[in-house]
Amino acid sequence: MRTRDVVGAAGLAGVAALFVAAFLRMPAAGTAGHVYRDLVLPMGFREVTPNLVSSVNFDLRALDTLGEETIVAAAVVGTLALLQPPKKEPKTDGTGYVLPAVKLAGFLLLPVSVLLGIDIVVHGHLTPGGGFQGGVVLATGWHLLYLSGSYRALARLRPIDWCEYAEATATGLYVVTGLIGLGIGGSFLANILPLGEFGSLLSSGTVPVLSVLIGIEVAAGFVVLLSRFFVHGLEEPR
Amino acid sequence: MTGVVSAACYGVAAWLLLLGCAGIMRSRHLVHTVVSLSVAQSGTYVLLLAIGYQDQAAAPIVSQGQSQPVVDPMVQAMTLTDIVVSATITALLLALTLQISRRHGTVDPDELRALRG
Repeated sequence: MRTRDVVGAAGLAGVAALFVAAFLRMPAAGTAGHVYRDLVLPMGFREVTPNLVSSVNFDLRALDTLGEETIVAAAVVGTLALLQPPKKEPKTDGTGYVLPAVKLAGFLLLPVSVLLGIDIVVHGHLTPGGGFQGGVVLATGWHLLYLSGSYRALARLRPIDWCEYAEATATGLYVVTGLIGLGIGGSFLANILPLGEFGSLLSSGTVPVLSVLIGIEVAAGFVVLLSRFFVHGLEEPR
Repeated sequence: MTGVVSAACYGVAAWLLLLGCAGIMRSRHLVHTVVSLSVAQSGTYVLLLAIGYQDQAAAPIVSQGQSQPVVDPMVQAMTLTDIVVSATITALLLALTLQISRRHGTVDPDELRALRG
């Protein structure tokens, strides 16, 4: 035990020394030289996308985002494979005590967070946000039902089958959008839709389409993922 | 001024990574190990955002004819990728932890010595 700590501390000290050596030769934070920014900024104006981060994610590097959503899909599949559903249906009536304030806050925040999630997904190309962030907010809002102590309401309002279909369909449609871009625009995931007016909801071409697809995929994926954890958590109360 | 900012940004990034690694090393519970990994990964978020930061620059949400510079959106997009990877890895590792706890009856990494079929 002691040997491991000593070896570990020596290793960490070595890594820390490497960091100091590396950071001393890095450009200072806060300076004006940003090569990528200077390349992305005109592209954002050309593709009529005010949110440059979404422009990077769903336009310039949309192929990377395809990989990113594949990671999410793979994690969901992996978790489902690792955590097989229990043999017998878990009991859901043995609920513990939930503070009334928590319950009230949960029910009040549920519609707010669902609306907020939809808003973040749909306006991903205009304001801070996008498919990933909005999808997580949506899935979180859904699970406020669990925090408020009504697991049965959550189980009823959570069509797992449909979430699985939605996740797979959204992931597939992303590729389909890319292939349409390949057919019409000449390159995979090319921005082929009309770009519209700067700052309006229907603008930026395929950016909001891909953002909404990612939002559906992430929200559905997280619901499926968490549902499997919930089933296992309820199975073995400790 | 920039010296202080860089020292703070890079220092915090390195500190988070080292702290997370130390947590993984001294962990006595697999959930603690997973959380330590998340802490270590947060160091990379801080580093990425520090690289893209610029004094007096606005968020990378532009309006037409904007003359104020913005911070680097590329590293912010990479931070987003980083967070997604971190979340999925956390989910997978927690699923593995559940399976280990069921199969071996312990979540202390030190007690998990022998492989069992």
